[in-house]
Amino acid sequence: MSDNHDIHITEYSVLVKIVTLLMFFTLMTITVANLELGPLTLTIALLIAGVKSYFVLSYFMHLKHEGPLLKILVGSVFILFISIVLITLIDYFYR
Amino acid sequence: MSNGVGKVEYVSYFDTKSKYTGIMSWLTTMDHKRISLMYMYCISAFFLVGVVLGLLMKVEHLAPGETIMKAQTYNGVFTVHGIIMIFMVVIPGLSAVFGNFFLPILIGGKDVSFPKLNLFSWYLYVTGSILAVASQFLKAGPPDTGWTFYAPYSANTGTSVIIATTAAFILGFSSILTGLNFIVTVHRMRAPGMKLFSMPLFPWSLYATAWIQLLATPVVGITLVMLIAERLFKIGFFDPALGGDPILFQHLFWIYSHPAVYVMILPAMGVISEIIPTFCQRKIYGYKAIAMSSLAIAGVGFLVWGHHMYTSGMSENARWFFSLLTFVVAVPSAIKVFNWILTMYKGSIDIKPPFVYAVIFIFLFIIGGTTGLLLGSVATNVQVHDTAFVVAHFHYIIFGGMGFAFFAAIHYWLPKMYGRMYNLKRANWAAGIMFVGFNILYFPQFIIGIQGMPRRYFDYPVEFQPAQIFSSIGGFILATGLIIMIANLVKGARKGELAPNNPWGGSTLEWTLPSPPSLLNFDEEPVINENPYDYK
Amino acid sequence: MSEHVVHHEEHRDDAGAKLGMWLFIFTELLLFGGLFLVYSVYRLQYHDNFHEASLELSVTIGAINTIALLFSSMTIAMALSAVQKENKKLALIMIGITLLMAAVFLFNKYIEWGAKFHHGLYPGSELMTLLERGHILYFSLYFFMTGLHALHIIIGMILLTICMVKVKTNKINKERFVLLENGALYWHLVDLIWIFLFPLLYLIS
Repeated sequence: MSDNHDIHITEYSVLVKIVTLLMFFTLMTITVANLELGPLTLTIALLIAGVKSYFVLSYFMHLKHEGPLLKILVGSVFILFISIVLITLIDYFYR
Repeated sequence: MSNGVGKVEYVSYFDTKSKYTGIMSWLTTMDHKRISLMYMYCISAFFLVGVVLGLLMKVEHLAPGETIMKAQTYNGVFTVHGIIMIFMVVIPGLSAVFGNFFLPILIGGKDVSFPKLNLFSWYLYVTGSILAVASQFLKAGPPDTGWTFYAPYSANTGTSVIIATTAAFILGFSSILTGLNFIVTVHRMRAPGMKLFSMPLFPWSLYATAWIQLLATPVVGITLVMLIAERLFKIGFFDPALGGDPILFQHLFWIYSHPAVYVMILPAMGVISEIIPTFCQRKIYGYKAIAMSSLAIAGVGFLVWGHHMYTSGMSENARWFFSLLTFVVAVPSAIKVFNWILTMYKGSIDIKPPFVYAVIFIFLFIIGGTTGLLLGSVATNVQVHDTAFVVAHFHYIIFGGMGFAFFAAIHYWLPKMYGRMYNLKRANWAAGIMFVGFNILYFPQFIIGIQGMPRRYFDYPVEFQPAQIFSSIGGFILATGLIIMIANLVKGARKGELAPNNPWGGSTLEWTLPSPPSLLNFDEEPVINENPYDYK
Repeated sequence: MSEHVVHHEEHRDDAGAKLGMWLFIFTELLLFGGLFLVYSVYRLQYHDNFHEASLELSVTIGAINTIALLFSSMTIAMALSAVQKENKKLALIMIGITLLMAAVFLFNKYIEWGAKFHHGLYPGSELMTLLERGHILYFSLYFFMTGLHALHIIIGMILLTICMVKVKTNKINKERFVLLENGALYWHLVDLIWIFLFPLLYLIS
């Protein structure tokens, strides 16, 4: 069934704004890496990557305008993956 | 949907004409019912091969030392027995056969969401299976690693590991696509009025299972590719000499393979949840609890994999974490058992074969499940890890559980699928013989396991021989029952009396259709009952 | 009884197709996830080795590749909007730029890998065996993860080329664009994975 009449079309200007943001965050990641912050670098890098992912998912992949089901599913899959990694690291952290 | 001019004439799905005739009409079908049967024939054939391999092992175990095969041969036999039974029978089993046939029907739909993808999944299954069989006959020799392919041995052994792991990869892909198909089907193909909580419990179990198939299988997929890379390029992930950790292989492997056992058991529980209400003529006790517990099992089941690894060298903290979660995941399973039994209480019980198999399931599942607790507790696990105790536990759960649920399902739904009935008395006799044989075969393994009999050993100290002989006899009794059951079903499907639409008095949608159903299942829009188990 | 010929009715369900694509994306996330898991374990165990080995990579090329992919994500999203706004010409241009960015990425990958091979650094090489253990694991992960990622870029390029042809022949249009939508989703996935690969492989301090 084609119900494309009420779909949301992402405006070009929005897409340009988002990619600019993403470029900025990329630059930030590289800068932080050069600052010699030790173990903090990894945390910040992952956080920034997470923020970039949020923007790609929400705007490029249109998740912001999808129904609640899809949003919950995407969130759940990320939580599942992170849980698996953290649980595995319980083993390696305490060896 | 009818085409406007009067009622659609009924044509069984066996008789619908397509562009092709004969076997080509099957190999090019997109009808979920035909695909289901194609899966069933392949899976049954491989199951019988697996049974023969199992019996060969039992013959080998009649006496210590070499009885009918050398040690290396034995290693190959238990490996291929596992590969066939796990990847080609039990994991696809209920989903591919009864899920394919009945998921669309039980939700009031015409087919799955992606019929072409469904057929493609079957072809992937066949391709993977052919490769798995091929690995047995190549010059390098059949794989001898166990179906678990543990590194570093699997990275170094000269046998045909790469072909076997490629086969498992392809079979996994088939599983992923089936899961994907079923999830979208549940979300998009329900008839109007069929709310999620009006779905019967078999679709609920298939839905939870599909999520596991979708999310867990890719992990073993990439792990097998890593293993292949380890063999070909010595990448070092699992090789201590290159900095790697063999335990990491086990983590990656079990991150899939534990959820995989829920792929095996959840649809089985779903089948039992369909059969009990019908043969007790009562609404199931705690419908919502059972539906939600399926999702809970699927979710928590992702977090317990380390209980296969307590003795591997994992850290102490990891061990207690996994043990704790293992006990948590047992709770939703137990809930289901209580609910089934409570449904029977004061019900109007009809002791027909599907019900007999369902009751046997509950009995064997309880034994399998409680011995799982013994295994899930770290302190006791240390005594029984890698012994015959484990072998008994998982055969009770997988064979006693999923296997007998499969038998229950075929006895329940064969009249609908083929439009014919089998001999009920013979079916009950076969069930009884199998029940006796099963327990004689596997129960002794608990005992000698605790006493120290290792698993995957072709030899053993002579004090275990009496129990091994007793156990092996049980295997042959079980096989006898199996033959009687299968012969009875085949005869019934081909020449049995014509079956009515609703031979058992069931309340779910498949019983409103003719036996067998027509191509598009519902020639008229189905009337959806808000309560799927509406008994007077 | 009349002959009942099967016409499997064209069953069209765009929302279902899109849901299916998202589910497939989940499987890809878990597939790469296994590799990210291996990475996190070994980075934890061999932190210094990982840092040293990562100095062999060119942050510049990695950054260019990151920019190329981010930009290509924008252009494919624009292509979809263009189709939805019936601007066929713009859609074709945007898909074209996306493919061009992908080609740039692959070319850079070819340069990077080529340089390593030239120095005898590849999985299974003799040089690898002479390195410290953490270095071996780092490079094995580097080749495996970027290799698998590059394979997905190639698959994505094929998908998008098919979409481009269908846009040209009007099979993808304002009323019927789920194929492009799904192709774009796949492309964004490829971008998402790189968003994590770049800092984890190139920026280990």
